[in-house]
Amino acid sequence: MTDTNGFSLTRRGALVSGVAAASTTALPLDAQPLPAEARAATVPVSFTVNGKKRALDLDPRVTLLDALREHLHLTGSKKGCDHGQCGACTVMVEGKRINSCLTLAVMHDGDEITTIEGLGKPGDLHPMQAAFVKHDGYQCGYCTPGQIMAAVAMLQEVKDGVPSYVSTDLTAAGRIDAQEVRERMSGNICRCAAYSNIVAAIADVAGAEDVA
Amino acid sequence: MKPFTYERATSPAAAAAAVAAKPGAKFVAGGTNLLDLMKLQIEAPTHLVDVNRLGLDTIEATPDGGLRVGALVRNTALAADSRVRRDYGVLSRALLSGASGQLRNKATTAGNLLQRTRCPYFYDTNQACNKRKPGSGCAALGGYSRALAVIGTSKDCIATHPSDMAVAMRALDATVETVDGGGRTRTIPIADFHRLPGSTPWIETALTPGEMITAVTLPAPVRGTHIYRKVRDRASYAFATISVAAILPESGTPRFAFGGLAHKPWRVAAAEARLDGGAKAIAAAALAGATPTSQNAYKIPLVERTLAAVLAEGRAA
Ligand SMILES: Cc1cc2nc3c(=O)[nH]c(=O)nc-3n(C[C@H](O)[C@H](O)[C@H](O)COP(=O)(O)OP(=O)(O)OC[C@H]3O[C@@H](n4cnc5c(N)ncnc54)[C@H](O)[C@@H]3O)c2cc1C
Ligand code: SF4
Ligand code: FES
Ligand code: FES
Repeated sequence: MTDTNGFSLTRRGALVSGVAAASTTALPLDAQPLPAEARAATVPVSFTVNGKKRALDLDPRVTLLDALREHLHLTGSKKGCDHGQCGACTVMVEGKRINSCLTLAVMHDGDEITTIEGLGKPGDLHPMQAAFVKHDGYQCGYCTPGQIMAAVAMLQEVKDGVPSYVSTDLTAAGRIDAQEVRERMSGNICRCAAYSNIVAAIADVAGAEDVA
Repeated sequence: MKPFTYERATSPAAAAAAVAAKPGAKFVAGGTNLLDLMKLQIEAPTHLVDVNRLGLDTIEATPDGGLRVGALVRNTALAADSRVRRDYGVLSRALLSGASGQLRNKATTAGNLLQRTRCPYFYDTNQACNKRKPGSGCAALGGYSRALAVIGTSKDCIATHPSDMAVAMRALDATVETVDGGGRTRTIPIADFHRLPGSTPWIETALTPGEMITAVTLPAPVRGTHIYRKVRDRASYAFATISVAAILPESGTPRFAFGGLAHKPWRVAAAEARLDGGAKAIAAAALAGATPTSQNAYKIPLVERTLAAVLAEGRAA
């Protein structure tokens, strides 16, 4: 495991060994023979993730989220619900935010994908990451990578003139206030309910004046 | 998910031929409904034909002043198109009221029309559901039916169609263009596209097996006030309990289509002739013959009250 946070045992490492210890009597998963019909033919796919070309050979059932987390070990994107209901898995594909849990990796051949790992690094944070730190835009942090990816792409949507359900004038140029932030970020659920600080962080980056 | 094979289609006709040739094959567009259902094994296609890169993602002006929307145009792109925002406000608003920013970036025009019901028993594979398992019965009858249909129902199914976009398209009299496995094309008026459940609730649309949607065409714009009002249990990111798509022209007949009431977007010509009678008369005509359950009877007065709000908004505009 690559050690990015300076500790010899990461939280994830502890979690994995904990699970292994609890299931010593069970067969390791990959030792169980799969019935023939359960072994789907793999499909080659290559895409660019955070500026790096990646080529994979995948069971077509693998979602983009699982490809990123389990195959490329980019565990920043989180799996909250796996059904498009929480936003924890939000990544950008070709610059647009999507739920990576509801799309197949093999559907993204040739695409440019950005995850939270590609947005900024410790010591070189993206302004949105820095604003979440400054405004305490999280408690447990589980929803945070998805919130940040969604927020960055959301501000681009406003610049691109995408209206929202609460925009009073559909044809007017994009304007951002607290109501707009809440509506446009409704696809990201925070179980810790850090919403007011999340709105403040996004407003800070957007330069919005009337955002409470 | 059950295993499946995967192919990237090379043309709409080839995609339709590929799905028609293989029993159990399905198209995949945005994947936001299909993959959700595949994870729950409610859908279990054996073969997926990816229709994403066939050039069906453009919005073009038609000779008669309307717009031809490619089947793969994303919900965000359609809602944000400057012509749609200016001339088809009801459609832009309906799209923006649905799902979330992330989902709308993936969801497609065709996929949205074909999304399956949100009936809780359809989603629970331990329950009887004629739609999921023909002939197994309907657990919603006598079950938890608060969100389900009040009109056009049958003794075999009381599900609603969950799309917001389709309700606006019904008000706009859109037409659906298709190509089938033999390469034949046809157009289907949106009024005939979705079906009532009857005794075959698993047959939801007029499409034949392997028939692929290539575009949805909007006729020339109807000038006037366009409103989409959605009532739901939370302020955003929730399906409609009921919704109203309204086009109120300066003079002439208004248009009202309703979501959350039936197995298809609900529109009744007789109701549109009752504008003089106000919300009460319009609602009464739109809901004539309704058969709500004790749990969803609240939708009947809610339609009238939502219409009253829509008419007030129209007068203020
Ligand atoms: C959490 C959540 C909340 C949501 N909230 C709302 C909401 O409030 N309002 C709302 O309206 N919707 C809502 N949705 C549903 C969403 O709008 C649909 O999932 C989406 O529109 C489906 O489009 P898609 O392109 O992803 O379809 P897919 O999942 O790719 O396909 C859906 C179906 O259409 C078929 N299909 C796709 N393209 C074609 C074609 N060209 N020809 C023939 N068949 C085709 C597929 O085979 C499949 O059966 C929500 C979804 C989620 C997950
Ligand atoms: S209402 Fe329709 S979808 Fe719901 S359980 Fe009954 S048959 Fe199934
Ligand atoms: S994990 Fe993708 S939306 Fe919840
Ligand atoms: S910070 Fe805990 S879920 Fe959002």
